[in-house]
Amino acid sequence: MTTTADRAGVVAAPRASGKGSREGKGVATTAHIALIVWSLLVILPLLWTLLSSFKSTQEVLGNPLSLPHKLRFSNYANAWTTAGIGRYFLNTVIVVGSSLVLVMILGAMCAYVLARFTFPGNRLIYYSMLAGLTFPVFLAIVPLFFVLKNLALLNTLPGLIITYVAFALPFTVFFLHAFFKALPGEVYEAAQIDGAGEWRSFFSVMLPMARPGMASVAIFNFLGLWNQFLLPVALNTNSNNYVLSQGMASFASQAGYAVDFGALFAAVVITVAPVLVVYIIFQRQLQVSVTAGGVK
Amino acid sequence: MTITQDVVTEGGPKRSARRRRRPLTFDRVSFMVVFLGLPLAVFVIFVVSPFVQALWYSLTDWSGFSSGMNFVGFDNYVKLFHDDIFLKAVRNNIELAIVVPLVTIVLALTLATLVTIGGSGTGTVRGLRNSGFYRIVSFFPYVIPAIVIGLIWAQVFTPASGILDAVLSKIGLHQFENYAWLGDARTAMPASMFVMIWGFVGFYMVLFIAAIRGIDPEVFEAARIDGAGRFRTAVFLTLPLIRDNVQTAYIYLGIAALDAFVYMQALNPGGGPQNSTLVMPQQLFTTAFSKGQFGYSTAMGVILAAVTMLFALLVFLVNALTGGRERKVRR
Repeated sequence: MTTTADRAGVVAAPRASGKGSREGKGVATTAHIALIVWSLLVILPLLWTLLSSFKSTQEVLGNPLSLPHKLRFSNYANAWTTAGIGRYFLNTVIVVGSSLVLVMILGAMCAYVLARFTFPGNRLIYYSMLAGLTFPVFLAIVPLFFVLKNLALLNTLPGLIITYVAFALPFTVFFLHAFFKALPGEVYEAAQIDGAGEWRSFFSVMLPMARPGMASVAIFNFLGLWNQFLLPVALNTNSNNYVLSQGMASFASQAGYAVDFGALFAAVVITVAPVLVVYIIFQRQLQVSVTAGGVK
Repeated sequence: MTITQDVVTEGGPKRSARRRRRPLTFDRVSFMVVFLGLPLAVFVIFVVSPFVQALWYSLTDWSGFSSGMNFVGFDNYVKLFHDDIFLKAVRNNIELAIVVPLVTIVLALTLATLVTIGGSGTGTVRGLRNSGFYRIVSFFPYVIPAIVIGLIWAQVFTPASGILDAVLSKIGLHQFENYAWLGDARTAMPASMFVMIWGFVGFYMVLFIAAIRGIDPEVFEAARIDGAGRFRTAVFLTLPLIRDNVQTAYIYLGIAALDAFVYMQALNPGGGPQNSTLVMPQQLFTTAFSKGQFGYSTAMGVILAAVTMLFALLVFLVNALTGGRERKVRR
């Protein structure tokens, strides 16, 4: 049932048969046109955003199709400092970075135990994690608010980090469970015979072997956490602690009145550009991860 | 606590017997406590307990900050079924859950098919040249945070300063010169749906490309030899073979459409003209954090969860009834 990225068995056969027929060329041309149209639909709004980020507010409100008169890098400075994007960026790096590291460690540990040890309640824990994956976060959000409040973690970065970890945990465990299950038992045996305890077996033997799986999950988790919106909006209302996504939302809703549209577009570019650049560099690995993880 | 290793080795009966009951050394005890206990504690405190509490709160009239809380039974639910605004939000969500997955999957499947079997050639079915470029570009939206996708398109849709109206009037459609796509109750919902679909298609296209490439090429060869054209191959061969992937995609997309909070919050924070784009999560959020009706809003959360489960069940049911099980066995 699981169809993973099968790089070898591509439909595209080697170019053996030479020239195609006229009918085949026609199909290929139509296909190219359709795909180009879609690509333009993706690129043009982004390109327009980039151009607008160099415009003054008057220019933005004037003619949307015109090019900027001069490249106003001041928009970027304004977005970074005045609108607080720099601060939100830093918060996001702290929150996403810490939660990513934590959820990878905790998730790997939990998945390892669930996959390779039998004990009463094993299945129950695994299935309750699966259930946690399907329930909408919205059902939990109000009680969660008070859980954090009672622990004095509301509106703090550590509170946000631990919540991110908790909600990314089921997916991480679910994904890595299969990986640890597939690892050969002999290696573990060998480690045990060589005198390694459970801790050492995990950190020096099993964890390194699960590296490909860890990389895929880490990519997924990174994008998911970077994208997170509901949790910070509900649980992190101190504007000093805003993360990028909620900072962007609040900046955009203010911009409706105070209006620095150039800076707004610049803020969008600041948010999108780093991830987009990283994506273009690592796009092959990312697409492999997506196909390995998503087609379940 | 007894810890038994899952992996049984061929070490003779004596050794496996010893393996079954291990001595409780500090190493093993601390290992289980930390490796299982720590993640579970986090999961139970921050995920399980809020879900369970929500069920209880939904049966009370709790306002959140007052200490008083009365058990009101199913009053909140009865009230919800007479709450016109909430019912409107439910209808909008259902509309989203029908249209967004359907369009996204059809579009993603079409594009994936074009990439994988759109190449020229008569003998073998082959992929399109330079398809890597299309894949990379189509996938862009997946790495852009949803809130930013919403904000970009909100600007694109803005009358006068947005690029959409400018382009439309440039090509002669002057009736759209100052048209507020998100401000008109007729177009606000379709425009919002478009934004969500724009954000989703590339990801599912990549998934389907992988699924199609996972099919044995000989199957395509055989179909070709039997004289099936590309369209017939795609509809009657590819689609049935990857139907499990389509089902999974349908469920993911449906859940995303039932949420839709981020997109709607970016496009029309107030719920749109005449609540035309209001969704359940938005209404829940306002009811809880602006109006302070926590009991009532958790009841909305329960309804949302129920609708989500119902949706997933429906997708499974439809897939099974149209022969999903049977095909899998044959494969």
